[in-house]
Amino acid sequence: MLSKKQARAFFLGGTLVTFLIFIGLTIYSFGKPQDQSNSENITEAVVRGKTLWEENNCMGCHTILGEGAYYAPELTKVIERRGAGYIKAVLMTPVAWEPNGRKMVAYGFTEQEALDLIEFFDWIDDVDLNGFDTVVSPLAKDNN
Amino acid sequence: MKYKSQKVAYWFFALSMLLFALQIIYGFIMGFAHAGFDGLHDVIPFNTARAVHTNLLVVWLLSGFMGAAYYIIPEEAQRELVSVKLAYVQLISLAVVGVIAIVGYHFNYWEGRKFLEIPRPLDYLVVVNVLLFLGLILVTLFKGKRRTTTALVLSMGLLFAALLYLPGMLPFDSQVMDSFFRWWVVHLWVEGVWELIMGGILSFLLIKLTGVDREVIEKWLYVIVGLTFLSGVLGTGHHYYYIGVNKIWLIVGGIFSALEPLAFLAMALFAVNMYRKGEKKHPNKLALYWTLGAAIVSFIGAGLLGFAHTLPQTNLYTHGTLVTAMHGHLAFWGAYAMIVLAIISYSLPNMTGRKLYESTRGRMAFWMSNIGMIGMTVAFGVAGVVQVYLERKLKMEFMEVQKEIEVHFVVLIICATLFMTGIILYMVDFYKHGRPTDEALETASND
Repeated sequence: MLSKKQARAFFLGGTLVTFLIFIGLTIYSFGKPQDQSNSENITEAVVRGKTLWEENNCMGCHTILGEGAYYAPELTKVIERRGAGYIKAVLMTPVAWEPNGRKMVAYGFTEQEALDLIEFFDWIDDVDLNGFDTVVSPLAKDNN
Repeated sequence: MKYKSQKVAYWFFALSMLLFALQIIYGFIMGFAHAGFDGLHDVIPFNTARAVHTNLLVVWLLSGFMGAAYYIIPEEAQRELVSVKLAYVQLISLAVVGVIAIVGYHFNYWEGRKFLEIPRPLDYLVVVNVLLFLGLILVTLFKGKRRTTTALVLSMGLLFAALLYLPGMLPFDSQVMDSFFRWWVVHLWVEGVWELIMGGILSFLLIKLTGVDREVIEKWLYVIVGLTFLSGVLGTGHHYYYIGVNKIWLIVGGIFSALEPLAFLAMALFAVNMYRKGEKKHPNKLALYWTLGAAIVSFIGAGLLGFAHTLPQTNLYTHGTLVTAMHGHLAFWGAYAMIVLAIISYSLPNMTGRKLYESTRGRMAFWMSNIGMIGMTVAFGVAGVVQVYLERKLKMEFMEVQKEIEVHFVVLIICATLFMTGIILYMVDFYKHGRPTDEALETASND
């Protein structure tokens, strides 16, 4: 029967081995040849857009890359779906946007801020998501 | 209660109760908004309610874990806490940071990163607070007469939880990397080191409640936490399937996530077996209910329901839908909320000297909250599956689908009301126990 000492060795050994593999895989994933995010395309505007995304907790309602709060639409591929003009209007409007009666906070962003967010979405749109983008976008009908 | 300083735990538990009550209120705001009644939108928009709801959960659970540690460590180490005064300083600073964060969320003062919304400047205060807590616990442990496995596993869980908070503070320009390392915190907390904390508390409770030999219980504790890390660390991969990183995570995450339920199954079997083996009939049946309940419900919520959508083929469709909320609710309830309620139920009579564990109210609290939460999980599950089907198979628009599933949120609200009634009863029980007292030192013969 298993002794306490063996049980402890199993715990410590297993943890160490899996954690080392985990670190190794993480380093591998972010190696240049494995980059699926076109990181060279992250411009200053994209970073500003990401900052706005965070400062206003957009993820508190929307999802992006499938992550967020499921109260408002997924914004991966949103430019393909809606077009930049529509998105700009939603971001800049001083009155609450209310599609089908569900309200969005009226952020009233400046034009520059709206453009930065669009740049951010545009960068997101080109990330290779291992097939998830074909599921979330209505354009997936054509892709399937 | 064997040491006077254990009384500190009471105030951490009281803070937990207060924050838990607030968490439920914000949950209702979100439930109503989903059902189409968003009258509070201008004051508390959904993203505020959401950040408050999830952060209150984290803070009340942490406060509960800290209280558990302040109760358990002196007893395991067989000495008083090194400083009761500093423990109170730590409690107050935790409450202050928590309140500033929660109030800030109402004024756009946050960092919109799911679960880690606390803004950076406050993050540093959290770090200082947790360091103070760890200092008190670890010094007590190492100055103590004995270092038990239960105490070591619990302390190790708390220490790693603090260390793993740090990757969440790294700044990244890429949303993909941001997301990747955010899961280092969130996943490795809830499916890793928090399970050490849960295991430590569970082991302490089983030793006290069943009377089974410590050596036997602690041996299995190692096996369980071993299984947790073996599956959970690489299981992080299930968050990496579709966020823009290499396909290797589909294989690694898929395989190791499939193993994750094993740790929870082992925990459930372990708890039930120890209960059967135990010859001691501890009179605090209520604490036993919550202890066994935590082990069993966590297997269903975290183990089975987690597995239901971690296979890459399924997750392709369920990623980013309410299916996640279904799993999240029962998992957090079973694994962490119930274990905190278990240690409170066990320790409260010992700290206050009032043995109220025969009350019907206590049992009603257990059954109503559990049945309510299972009902909520089913409502989320049905809403989630319908959402997946309509949105991702039939390609309907997001908001059209949301209209279709509003009715499930009405069911959710009804179940949540039952859940809340149970929790109110639990809190009434908590209140009726009164304050902790040194006189309880003599009266506690059943520790």
